[in-house]
Amino acid sequence: MAKMHVKMTVNGGEVEALAEPRTLLIHFLREQLSLTGPHVGCDTSHCGACTVDLDGKSVKSCTVFVAQANGASVTTIEGIANADGTLHVLQEMFREHHGLQCGFCTPGMITRAYRLLQENPNPTETEIRYGISGNLCRCTGYQNIVKAIRAAADQLSGKKEAAE
Amino acid sequence: MIPAAFDYHRPASLDDAVKLLAQYGDEARVVAGGHSLIPMMKLRLAQPGHLVDLQDIAALKGIKDTGAGFEIGAMTTQREIIQSAALTAACPILKEAAEQIADPQIRYCGTLGGNVANGDPGNDMPAIMLALDAVYLAKGPAGTRELKARDFYESAYATKLKEGEILTTIRIPKPPAGHGSAYVKQKRKIGDYATAAAAVVLTMSGGKCASAAVSLTNVGDTALFAAAAGAALVGSSLDQAAIDKAVQAAVGIAQPSKDTRGPVDFRKSVAGVMVRRAIEAAAKRAR
Repeated sequence: MAKMHVKMTVNGGEVEALAEPRTLLIHFLREQLSLTGPHVGCDTSHCGACTVDLDGKSVKSCTVFVAQANGASVTTIEGIANADGTLHVLQEMFREHHGLQCGFCTPGMITRAYRLLQENPNPTETEIRYGISGNLCRCTGYQNIVKAIRAAADQLSGKKEAAE
Repeated sequence: MIPAAFDYHRPASLDDAVKLLAQYGDEARVVAGGHSLIPMMKLRLAQPGHLVDLQDIAALKGIKDTGAGFEIGAMTTQREIIQSAALTAACPILKEAAEQIADPQIRYCGTLGGNVANGDPGNDMPAIMLALDAVYLAKGPAGTRELKARDFYESAYATKLKEGEILTTIRIPKPPAGHGSAYVKQKRKIGDYATAAAAVVLTMSGGKCASAAVSLTNVGDTALFAAAAGAALVGSSLDQAAIDKAVQAAVGIAQPSKDTRGPVDFRKSVAGVMVRRAIEAAAKRAR
């Protein structure tokens, strides 16, 4: 089958490429764009390790064809850090609160938490757990992940107040 | 898991989409949110030669309040249903059900139209549509047809939707103000289909149940409308004896298969518990 011309914004930059329509977004990101932050975990839309932000929605990029994402704006974990290269508050708080052990789920976890906090800047613990229920972690038991997200919410809202 | 190759189409209008389906026949499949179809394609259980993506068709989006009810575009996502204050105020069972579907990422993609048109007995929204007596609009080359949800489901993945037709709109009559509803679902984990689930929509008048609709998810080849269970409640004060009768009637039509969710008797038993809890919750919410 013929390859199609794909154009999208990835982590703020314009990307153009040729790809088969059946290429999954996760494979396009990892293999054609060398963005290996999002991981292939289960490959069955359960684990959330492949989570990226697509037009302001958290999606599992193992279950989206590159053709469907044509024209969209995509953010991966590589695009979460601040422009000057310093870590995003969420990344800092995952480090601070030890919100990871092996780290395999972390890119998806942080990318999901990023969107969660955009939509709900002050989530309760229950809301955090519900909000990250599409992301599996087999190491931590989630306790420190929830702590890290809550701490990031505190820092981000504190920053906003300070700026006002 | 790499799906078989296909040609990709993204029509800008419903007419163009219908034309593409007519042109490619059974080689073509429409894709909405894709979270049922794409996993099947990755397993090569589905191998459409032409994929018709509906995402650019504005006519398939949005929630319209028509006074007597709602017209919901088929491409409306589960998340958009959860976020619609108007829908939740008039018909809270939609939000309650949507919040129990899959996980946050999937609710951003998964659509109401896909969920009801797919014909998977594990999907949650068909039971809600049976309880609410929804009507689906389907557009094909010959025009638009109206299909009652209660007549729509034939067997697993088989519905009244004909080849070449696209389910475009879900029409939901508003339940009377003061009605009580509940969707109660037992699942093993986030993202799993129900071991059994039950939807109940009822109204009370002068301490007696004036109307009741009961339906079941994932305990048969299709979602099941338990007409006898609803009838067992009407006229009662929703006392224990009436609820027992309704539960018995609902379990009586359940035909779950034995699977990793449990043996047949267990799943029937869970279905009964779900019906009981849904009736009790709906009764508490009714005014």
